[in-house]
Amino acid sequence: MNVTPSCALEVKGLSVSYASHRAVEEVSVCFRRHRVAAIIGPSGCGKSTLLRSLNRMHDFDPTVKVSGQVVFENQDLYGREIHPPTVRKRIGMVFQKPNPFPKSIYKNISWGPWINHMRGDMDQRVESCLRKAALWDEVKHRLHQSALSLSGGQQQRLCIARALAMNPDVILMDEPCSALDPRSTACIEDLIADLREKYTILVVTHNMQQAKRISDDVLFMYEGRLVEFGPTTQIFSQPRVAQTQAYIQGKFG
Amino acid sequence: MESGTKAARLELVEEPVGELLLRRQWVNYKDVLLKLCLSLATSLTVLTTCTIVLLIGKEAFAFFHMVSIVDFLLGTQWQPLIEPQQYGVLPLVVGSTLVVVLSMGIALPLGVFVAAYLSEYASFPIRSVVKPFLEILAGIPTVVYGYFALTFVTPQLQQLFPAMEVFNAASAGIVVGIMILPMVSSLCDDAFCAVAPELKEAGYSLGATSYEVFRGIVLPASAFRLAAAVILAVSRALGETMAVTLAAGATPNMEWSFLKSIQTMTAYIVEVSLGDTPAGGVAYLTCYGVAALLFGITFVLNVLGYRWMRRTAE
Repeated sequence: MNVTPSCALEVKGLSVSYASHRAVEEVSVCFRRHRVAAIIGPSGCGKSTLLRSLNRMHDFDPTVKVSGQVVFENQDLYGREIHPPTVRKRIGMVFQKPNPFPKSIYKNISWGPWINHMRGDMDQRVESCLRKAALWDEVKHRLHQSALSLSGGQQQRLCIARALAMNPDVILMDEPCSALDPRSTACIEDLIADLREKYTILVVTHNMQQAKRISDDVLFMYEGRLVEFGPTTQIFSQPRVAQTQAYIQGKFG
Repeated sequence: MESGTKAARLELVEEPVGELLLRRQWVNYKDVLLKLCLSLATSLTVLTTCTIVLLIGKEAFAFFHMVSIVDFLLGTQWQPLIEPQQYGVLPLVVGSTLVVVLSMGIALPLGVFVAAYLSEYASFPIRSVVKPFLEILAGIPTVVYGYFALTFVTPQLQQLFPAMEVFNAASAGIVVGIMILPMVSSLCDDAFCAVAPELKEAGYSLGATSYEVFRGIVLPASAFRLAAAVILAVSRALGETMAVTLAAGATPNMEWSFLKSIQTMTAYIVEVSLGDTPAGGVAYLTCYGVAALLFGITFVLNVLGYRWMRRTAE
């Protein structure tokens, strides 16, 4: 167990199906530590479904069936002895639409650590998370105001700070910039580059330029299948599969 | 590009106006008739409300000419139909309060539990079975509840408390509680379901259990709507008439006891309306005094309730 596995998350033969159709088919891939992986593909290709299956966010919808394995620290996250809330503690998530709690900025960050009885100085934790999310200077004078008073871009950074507060190993981001203006998007992209040092990050995006800018690896999906996975530079300069090439050149999607 | 659109616009103005664009070509008598019917129906409801309010107001005004409003609101003796007359409404208020308190004590916790179970835990098949049962409960005529209180609840209670009278506040409160349970649970269910699923997901994504999400996110986010549900339920319990008339009796009682016979404001109005009281006298007008008070209270509660209901809807 002392050997650090080379994959932060290893997906093995993962399929996800809804009541009527199969959204993800037999995907196998290894997401390496401290790298940013972008998941791209046309709408409805199963990107978000794949992402949400990695921290068991499908558990709340009884119509969703997941088969295959997601290996994290040598354990299958879908194993029978696994405690899903603890999985989500270690593998955090940032959603498409900023969704801060209707509580104060401070409580948005402190709620997660508080319910999980995490020890340490809470004020310090809140400050360091807000600093990591590049939000501290903008909110330090109004920590006890409602989080809903923040702008959309600030709210999304708050949601990132909230995820960081749990000190996760992996952060899953589901189109984190799709509801934001270009300036806030740039801000979040810089943030992702900084966070790579400490966390493994998976970003679903429909924006190929963004994938090119922020990621180390790219996973291209089409109709629920993994078409190609490789280093970003290679995918964008010389994709091996014709379908990938067609997509990144904007011929469909 | 710009000059192009300008040219196009000029061209449009120069062309003769097409006949089909004119409004008078298209006025349809069916549209006009429909609009007329609909607005008539709507104004009828407004008119009815206004008439009732005016009627109560007028008669209550006449009543308060004869009986001082202070004596009415603060008096502790209610004996308007027999000599010597006393017009203190507080015994009726106490009676109504007893029923409201007990019924809310039953309906509120049960309703919140039912709603929490249905909205957070129950699977879809269970939900679709339980919901109709609640609706059936809501559809039972209130006189049946009154009969049920008198012939079933009271005898059971008398086994526990031998001092209990045949007509008593306890059995009335219990059946009113059961009666408003569907309303409370459905309003609370709406309140819980109105919490954005994104917020719950955010909670789960931080490693929260379903209890922690319910306690820490769903409950606070639906607080205003829950308060609104309570207020509307109180208003409903206060206005309940048939069951309390049958079960609680017709004895205005200033004592805070669930074991004894009481009279609620609504039950008093029933007593006067039954026809033994000659129209026009003070005795007859008392029921408008009580009605005005009851209407005033429920009106304030309803306004408050619906306002709070909207407050978190934003």
